[in-house]
Amino acid sequence: MSRLADRFEPGFEWLIRLSGWSAIFFVFCIFIFIFKEGGPYLWNELQYESVEKEYPAGGDAAAEVLPAVKLTELPYEVVEERLLEDLNEAGAEGRIEGFRDVRLEIGERVEVVVYLEPGTDPEKGLAQILEAHPLRQDSSHITEFFTGMEWKPESEKVRKFGIVKLLIGTLSVTFLAIFFAVPFSLGAAVYISEFCTGKVREVLKILIELLAAIPSVVWGFIGYTILNTTIMSVTGRDDGLNLLNGGIVLALMSAPIMVSLAEDALKAVPDSYREAALALGASRWQTVYKVLLPAAKNGILAAVLLGVGRAIGETMAVLMVTGHSLVIPGSLFDSVRTMTATIAAELGEAVRGGGHYRSLFLIGIVLMLITMTVNLIADLVVKGFRGREHA
Amino acid sequence: MSNTTSTAVAKVSFRNVNVSYGNEIALRDVNLAIRRNTIFGVIGPANAGKTTFLKCINRTIDFVPKVKVAGEVCVEDVDVSTMRDVYNLRRRIGMVFPLPVGLPLSIYDNVAYAPRMAGSRDKHALDELVERCLRQAALWDEVKDRMKQLGTKLSGGQQQRLTIARALSHEPEILCLDEFSIAVDPVTTMKIEDVLVELRESMTIILVTNLVQQARRLADDVAFFNKSELVEINSTDVVFGENPANRLTYDYVRGHFG
Amino acid sequence: MPERIADDGVPKTSAEKAGVAAVAAEIVAKAIDEEEIDVPSTGQEKPTQGIFVATEATHRKERTERIARRLLLFGTLILVLPLLAIILNLVTKALPILSLDFIWKNPGSDMVSGGIWAPLIGTIYIVFFSLLIAAPVGIMAGIYLNEYAPNNWFTRIVSLGVVNLAGVPSIVHGLFGFGALVLFAGLGKSVLAASITIAIMTMPVLITSTREALAAVPMSFRQACWNMGATRWQTIRSVVLPNSVSGILTGVILEVSRAAGETAPILFTGAAYYFAVPDNGLAKIFPYAPDEQCMALSYHLYTLSKQVSNVPPELKYGTAVVLIGLVLAVNSVSIAARVYLRSRKKW
Repeated sequence: MSRLADRFEPGFEWLIRLSGWSAIFFVFCIFIFIFKEGGPYLWNELQYESVEKEYPAGGDAAAEVLPAVKLTELPYEVVEERLLEDLNEAGAEGRIEGFRDVRLEIGERVEVVVYLEPGTDPEKGLAQILEAHPLRQDSSHITEFFTGMEWKPESEKVRKFGIVKLLIGTLSVTFLAIFFAVPFSLGAAVYISEFCTGKVREVLKILIELLAAIPSVVWGFIGYTILNTTIMSVTGRDDGLNLLNGGIVLALMSAPIMVSLAEDALKAVPDSYREAALALGASRWQTVYKVLLPAAKNGILAAVLLGVGRAIGETMAVLMVTGHSLVIPGSLFDSVRTMTATIAAELGEAVRGGGHYRSLFLIGIVLMLITMTVNLIADLVVKGFRGREHA
Repeated sequence: MSNTTSTAVAKVSFRNVNVSYGNEIALRDVNLAIRRNTIFGVIGPANAGKTTFLKCINRTIDFVPKVKVAGEVCVEDVDVSTMRDVYNLRRRIGMVFPLPVGLPLSIYDNVAYAPRMAGSRDKHALDELVERCLRQAALWDEVKDRMKQLGTKLSGGQQQRLTIARALSHEPEILCLDEFSIAVDPVTTMKIEDVLVELRESMTIILVTNLVQQARRLADDVAFFNKSELVEINSTDVVFGENPANRLTYDYVRGHFG
Repeated sequence: MPERIADDGVPKTSAEKAGVAAVAAEIVAKAIDEEEIDVPSTGQEKPTQGIFVATEATHRKERTERIARRLLLFGTLILVLPLLAIILNLVTKALPILSLDFIWKNPGSDMVSGGIWAPLIGTIYIVFFSLLIAAPVGIMAGIYLNEYAPNNWFTRIVSLGVVNLAGVPSIVHGLFGFGALVLFAGLGKSVLAASITIAIMTMPVLITSTREALAAVPMSFRQACWNMGATRWQTIRSVVLPNSVSGILTGVILEVSRAAGETAPILFTGAAYYFAVPDNGLAKIFPYAPDEQCMALSYHLYTLSKQVSNVPPELKYGTAVVLIGLVLAVNSVSIAARVYLRSRKKW
């Protein structure tokens, strides 16, 4: 077997090289694609989005019956359903067999082939459909995206895509989470690294690792059920899905990262520091407080930053527990909406290539840039730490 | 510098070899020839270029980042940089490092590694080869009952002998030893030195050492490197005698510096 | 008393040194007591000065230390105890419905009854396919980056790219999967699209853990092999890879755990609200085709919580418990494997 492997060695080496390059390929793919989809918004105003319907020339009966298409495969079944409803309401008594052109893009015309019962007046039905789906106008300019307070993708007449409230939502929930998590995480890191030994330490480390493994949807569930009722009973309010709930859940989610990274940072401080302090008569706590924490401060800062990155990017948990209303929170008990939750909640209903679609991708770009910046800063901070050690 | 060996009978020859790592010069204008079936000693203080010298012969110099090699390094009169199958070259040369390295395989597999990679499958032949090499390395008696044990669990001196056994396992024409006795106790060193004298009949041995007396004991010819240059190359008697070609040699050999 | 002094009798760690100092103090004190040492008498009964007598400063220090220690333990427990409390809570609320039947039965089409077989097998599908894609590519990319790649700017960019890919939020992966795979590449919402999305999301983890596992093998082994005439690949497959398996395996198991639990990436790329899986026969175990949508445990939990009304609580809690159980089980295997393999260290 190994001889066989050797004979294919050049092949293997090329396979390995290819995989290395494919990794970078995927990375570029993601960046390029997301920019491509959200990008147009960045450099021109969103244009009119319309779905024009053309009635095929040639008569009142169906021009063509397309083969039945599974409704679930088309991403804009909502549009289709509404069309169907309107048709029926208009008394046209027909059924839509499918779209002829599946790619719905801005400015493209879509032919809807309608099969009508003989005797129905097609003009009447169509006119009523057009009335129900007027040409929509998206007025958002790119600056409005970043400064606008209104986020109204569903408006019939004029849609608005301003993310300020979403940004504040994300930042407030993240800030609250970090505020809760940092003291406990640092305390746990110090305790595990400096104050406990052997079995206890192993058990604690395993518990923290398991805490990190819990999926976000489960955290959302926990916040939605247990935390919700707890908050309601403790504060007497009738709704526990708010900023506070989100902050607690996110704190518990980002804590494990902070604990393990901070613990690594403390472990990286050479033992000679500890021995020197002890030899001078310092107690364990004094050693930590006066010697180790300052020495490890870069690594600890990086740990906190990465926890922040995790909290900003979290989707399902905040989607389920923060209440989803579009307000700037005035108190801990207000409901907020985050950028991530917005994408998760609305992408299913956005028409491809339309203004809403592009705005959501743009939010994605913003999220990506924020998390990348945070990670970059954390990386630099850690390098600073290593650089100093070697000097 | 004087070298009375013509390159025609040389096993290894260097012609105008210059080696640099980036901006640092590692070897400058080295010209020498090594006779067949001799023990060739290489002495000199630290950072003189001795290890670089060895790496040029089996082309492991290629692995050093930003390295530039100019000039000709020849084995049996063939320039090694022109050899297409560099792995074959490395199999013809055995290399032993200062620090013992036992591979994380069984002792048997350690010694059988090279022949297996070269394609040998015959269990009987492998058994014979392993025993022969271990005997030559003066290790057989100590490990013959625990051939399945991990090579990394042996003591330092045993691991060094294991390394030598490995170097012998691909039946090299040239055996290079780079300060092999650093991590090894004096008794083992003596055993290995006896082995080297025996091996001289079947291969050419290049012995880089910081123990000047070791070179005196074992080598036929000696090269003295200092600060990336070849200061002198002569027979052992001359180098250690009263009139070596270079004053520096006289001083170094008597411990006045280095 | 130090637990163990180093083999050659010389204390090395600070604990050992402190312990030895304490013993020395004891011995001296005892000797003074038994009058083997002559202490010049100053006419006082008990020494109130001297280096072994505790001062007020010492007492204060000890008190601070005790308080600090207790506070830190408290902080740690605040993080850890909720985990246990939550799990306990979930399990008790889910108890009425937990049974082998619950796992084996499909959910009812009304979504308020039945079991969780269809989502469970769907999650297994996604995990399997994403592993199929991510593992070979990720592991080989890791081998390339650590063993073959020259140390130049291109490699540095690749490494940077991998790290950044790891930091991208999961919903952005979902965006990419939706826009690029479902729409642009025309895969439609399907198991394939969802699996590829998750594979891309988890690949950095695999690459990084492979690299770390490979880097843990000392360079001296590789050099020894190269000097014997072995090629790079021969060295890798005979010495480096076999000794990196544990680290690589950890990465793989981590991937599985994330693939099983993530929801955001599959939200728009393949998760189905409901899919009718046959109740018996072979098709029950292989119900989904790669180009069709599938149910998934994580998405199912979300649906039951937020999209359906009047769901009996045990159903929701049961789903949550099964999902948590699956993820924790996988992670425990990883932890156990790491502990076992660490004890069998070969050098």
